[in-house]
Amino acid sequence: MSIETLDTPRPRKGTASRPSVLPLLRSRLGWLASRYGLVAGFLILWQLSGPLGWVSPAVFPPLDKIFAALWQGLSSGALVDDIGISLQRAGIAFAAAVGLGIPLGLLMGQLPPVERALDPILQLFRQTSALALYPVFILLLGLGEASKVFVIFWATLFPILLATIGGVQEVDRKLIEMARSYGAGHLAIFRRVVLPASVPAIFVGLRLSATTALLLLIAAEMIGANKGLGFQVMNAQYNFQIPLMFAAIFLLAFLGLAANALLVALQRRLCRWSVADR
Amino acid sequence: MTVTDTLRGEVALRNLSKSYSLNGQVLQVLRHLDLDIRGGESLAIVGPSGCGKTTLLRLLAGLEAPDGGQVLIDGQAVTGVGTERAVIFQEPRLLPWLTVLDNVSFGLDLRGLSRDEARGRAMRYIRLVGLGGFETAFPRQLSGGMAQRVGIARALAIQPEILLLDEPFGALDAMTKLTMQEELTRIWQEEGVTMVLVTHDLEEAIFLADRVLVMSRDRAEPPRLISNDLPRPRDRSHRDFVDMRRQLMAQFGLH
Ligand SMILES: Nc1ncnc2c1ncn2[C@@H]1O[C@H](COP(=O)(O)OP(=O)(O)OP(=O)(O)O)[C@@H](O)[C@H]1O
Ligand SMILES: [Mg+2]
Repeated sequence: MSIETLDTPRPRKGTASRPSVLPLLRSRLGWLASRYGLVAGFLILWQLSGPLGWVSPAVFPPLDKIFAALWQGLSSGALVDDIGISLQRAGIAFAAAVGLGIPLGLLMGQLPPVERALDPILQLFRQTSALALYPVFILLLGLGEASKVFVIFWATLFPILLATIGGVQEVDRKLIEMARSYGAGHLAIFRRVVLPASVPAIFVGLRLSATTALLLLIAAEMIGANKGLGFQVMNAQYNFQIPLMFAAIFLLAFLGLAANALLVALQRRLCRWSVADR
Repeated sequence: MTVTDTLRGEVALRNLSKSYSLNGQVLQVLRHLDLDIRGGESLAIVGPSGCGKTTLLRLLAGLEAPDGGQVLIDGQAVTGVGTERAVIFQEPRLLPWLTVLDNVSFGLDLRGLSRDEARGRAMRYIRLVGLGGFETAFPRQLSGGMAQRVGIARALAIQPEILLLDEPFGALDAMTKLTMQEELTRIWQEEGVTMVLVTHDLEEAIFLADRVLVMSRDRAEPPRLISNDLPRPRDRSHRDFVDMRRQLMAQFGLH
């Protein structure tokens, strides 16, 4: 037997591996371009399509008009009120759905008999479109805030509830057995294994629920409201204030993005252990 | 719990039986098993797949209850899991949201040790398994062998009298496995624990064990005990080691 040592080339002094600034900048710019290039192109196309005569500026007003309408609405306080009332409706409904959905989901995931008993009725409720039930809620709760918040709550509850149940049921049995072998009782297993293991699934549900809340918010406000961003979209269209209509639509889109970004940031903080999944 | 030091970690199986029902049929896995394991002894259990090695280990751990007979630890009947025993599974089974340090402290936290005390003791065992410097790493940042060592440190940290291992190195590559076997020998000698090791690997059994329990596929046939008096540290290429291996292989009709 013979043993040979392979030479590895040593780095020469002086040309040490200090990364230069230029390629770094270039790669950053490349990343920005690949991520936001299409959005930028879309906005540029929008801005130019009116003047170029591709679409009617009456239907697609140029972006500067829309931003002017947005600014005017915000500075006069009119849109601010709408944002406030919309956030309040969606916020209360979302908080209530989370407040009920997570604990109930944890319970149902842990206790198979409870899950077996409740699952059929939940599936039935879930498959019945919340909007189809909106007239029922209006009959029961009147045309005021209560029915709006309730219909949003109703639709928002199911994603978070089902995600939580799934998360709990999918906890690795082997981890639970490990905890048991160290003498952990039911409560300790729940607190130290089941709960943390379910957090990623719960976050998936939270993000789905947030999206649902905004969707139902707009629908509810379009049907029977005299305030709120959803109402503003319909109302501006009705009065042919098309820039204002788009301003309200942009605000809604921004709310959706902001809610998602907030949840993603929270998830990153809480789930630093898992590979960043989005 | 124990009266004298010599009794610590002593295991006795008395007329132990266990069966499962599988598709309406009764499968008798262990029948009337009697065995005494001395405190501080290292016992390996080998046998073909499905012969009941894991079942026996789970009974020792108290994760399952026997149908008949009993397991006695230091003279006391086992009725469930107990902190004088620690199980090391085939997979590391680390909690992915905890750091290495917190994973190793897991059993200590459950016992209500203060945070400082638990972390201090955990650190000692992290160093013992050669992972000093990795205490803030998360399990996904570890290699398979490192993760398994964290699992071993977690088991040792509760300072059990009896260490129960179910193919602990089965998933590791050959090199890492050899290193881990050496480390386990060292740890076993330093800590003075009783060790019951299920393995598929006859060489591993000979390297680690004082006695080898050979279980057979035919459940009617009683298990055999082979004592292994090779001096330690054991040399895998020594003539006596190779002889011992041949003897053990013959038990399975292999050459
Ligand atoms: N929970 C269970 N329910 C029904 N049968 C079981 C159960 N656990 C084990 N068995 C049966 O008991 C027998 C012994 O299983 P055990 O896991 O102890 O085997 P083993 O010797 O550890 O095998 P391997 O080397 O493959 O791990 C097998 O035939 C298996 O099918
Ligand atoms: Mg097994």
